[in-house]
Amino acid sequence: MTVLRILVPVKRVIDYAVKPRVNASRTAVETTGVKMSMNPFDELSLEESVRLRERHTSKIVSDILAFSAGPTKAQDTLRTAMAMGADRALHVDTGTSESDLEPLAVAKLLREVVNGEDRNLVILGKQSIDDDSGQTGQMLAGLLGWSQATQASKVELLEGGRLRVTKEVDGGEEVVEAALPMVVTTDLRLNEPRYASLPNIMKAKKKPMEKKKLSDYNIEFKKRLETIQVVEPAPRKGGGKVENVDDLIVRLKELGAL
Amino acid sequence: MSSLLVLSRSLLARRTVPVVLSRSLLCSRFASTKHTPNFKPPTSEDLVELRERVREFTKREIPEEFAASVDRTNAFPGEMWAKMGSAGFLGITAEEEYGGLELGYQAHCIVMEEISRASGSIGLSYAAHSQLCVNQLTLNGTAEQKQRFLPGLISGEKVGALAMSEHSSGSDVVSMKSTCKKVDGGWLLNGTKMWITNGPEADVVVVYAKSEPTKGSKGITAMILEKGMKGFSCARKLDKLGMRGSNTGELIFEDVFVPFGNQIGETNRGVKVLMEGLDLERLVLSAGPLGIMQACLDVALPYVHQRKQFGIPIAHNQLIQAKLADMHIKLSAARAYTHAAARAVDEGTIDTKDCAGAILFASDRATECALDTIQCLGGNGYVNELPAGRLLRDAKLYEIGAGTTQVRQIVIGRAFNKEFADQVI
Repeated sequence: MTVLRILVPVKRVIDYAVKPRVNASRTAVETTGVKMSMNPFDELSLEESVRLRERHTSKIVSDILAFSAGPTKAQDTLRTAMAMGADRALHVDTGTSESDLEPLAVAKLLREVVNGEDRNLVILGKQSIDDDSGQTGQMLAGLLGWSQATQASKVELLEGGRLRVTKEVDGGEEVVEAALPMVVTTDLRLNEPRYASLPNIMKAKKKPMEKKKLSDYNIEFKKRLETIQVVEPAPRKGGGKVENVDDLIVRLKELGAL
Repeated sequence: MSSLLVLSRSLLARRTVPVVLSRSLLCSRFASTKHTPNFKPPTSEDLVELRERVREFTKREIPEEFAASVDRTNAFPGEMWAKMGSAGFLGITAEEEYGGLELGYQAHCIVMEEISRASGSIGLSYAAHSQLCVNQLTLNGTAEQKQRFLPGLISGEKVGALAMSEHSSGSDVVSMKSTCKKVDGGWLLNGTKMWITNGPEADVVVVYAKSEPTKGSKGITAMILEKGMKGFSCARKLDKLGMRGSNTGELIFEDVFVPFGNQIGETNRGVKVLMEGLDLERLVLSAGPLGIMQACLDVALPYVHQRKQFGIPIAHNQLIQAKLADMHIKLSAARAYTHAAARAVDEGTIDTKDCAGAILFASDRATECALDTIQCLGGNGYVNELPAGRLLRDAKLYEIGAGTTQVRQIVIGRAFNKEFADQVI
């Protein structure tokens, strides 16, 4: 019987409920004094890992490792991950250069972790809500030469170490099957993540967290992209009102929408 | 409200301080007995994290529409108990072995504040359950009683309450008329209790009754009542101004047999259990008005910045700015007072004056803030589509429940009288 050793990468991002603001020098989004939380897609990954464990009575999931590369504060996010059910955590401290890690660098870092920690399943969010790059999972699968299933809305473990993943695609669903090892990226309808209960938060404080630095890995973290300027989207212009459906149709025709 | 009561003249005067320390400590006593054995005061980081966790819960589980519907329907949200139980909120001060967290009173105040911020009435029922019932059992129950009652109460499977006040015994609670008579194997309880928070739902009720009616405060015994005991019923659910959905009831006891196994503390020493619980009850309840004040700002601040009159946001007028400043200051000062008192308790000192003072100050300020919120919202503040009216109705309770403002003033005054007793010439 295949035993799952799962890696769940998580990212500390601006909380989804916060309205982001551009900083004064227009180089990035302001993060100081802003509430930060776990990337919501990563919550889905973690929840799915825990549910894989809970769905199968036998000890099919032997280990859930939560990983984060980010500032020291990312350790809070990892504690949350452990309170939600990860067994242990690995933090790679990036100092203040959090925003400097591009998807390829993160994917290379994850490859090192996958090899070093002997993982056979990586479940990660399809994107992080700050950069919205949506690339890391695919790049990691490419670097590892593993099968990948992106935008998962359902994950089933089959006999013989295979996964069946239902993916959300334009116009419907696509069902794929592959043998482990595998990379899965998660989409919003996969599950509804639990919140960490206070007793589990207390227990998470006793779970092991390994701390490393970027320099512990032999990877080139050079930036390939240069941010020239960050600007707020133009404010939305108010729409017009129409009296009835006929007026609406006339107006839509005027605008060339019909 | 499970105790609209709260002091016995004779008792306060006789409350003894075991060791005479310096004058400033005269009215304080060491609180080590008010915590579970494994308790360690939490760090400020722990408390910040705790607040965030509770907020995450209330944002998901007690959104404004839900709080409004609890108020509108006046129906106790029973499903919330299992949810709060699984989140770990119901046994903040209780021992880990029964499912509690042993986090102490600062933590309990934070959870109480954040729940009250989302819904004043759920906050009130929460405190009646987790402080008046769970914490009272934690501090005074036997190991066997805790094993029997706490796991169900802490998981949220059962609802708890505490019953002191009676029709004719509100502020003067020791004049209670409910009696318990010793019979073979236990007590026979008779009488009524009034204004009992969670009374209509409660599965487990801590009750006080006169075991020696002629002995005043020295003839009261505390016991645990369970739903389903023969002769125990809730006569009616009271129709209240605010705190709707936190059900308040009148309890009736007709020859209820309560086995000795359910007695709390020693016979005729129930008033000790009662009075010692009151300081902590006032302290934890003082976080209720804090939550309501925060809710006032949560409603008023966005409104006054979005609402434009004369071409500018009304918040840019100095008369509105003055109200915003006052509300902020009142909340901040009240919060600082409650947390200072709670911290002192967690570090080992209970000061009766500050437990009464914290809730006195916070509750008066909360009513003021709610009135200002209505004023800031103008016509929209007076209609029930926005929560301003509910905040006012909920806030007013805290000037009455757990001792009225006036009783709290008496408590503080008498504490001084006691400290200066030797200087009366």
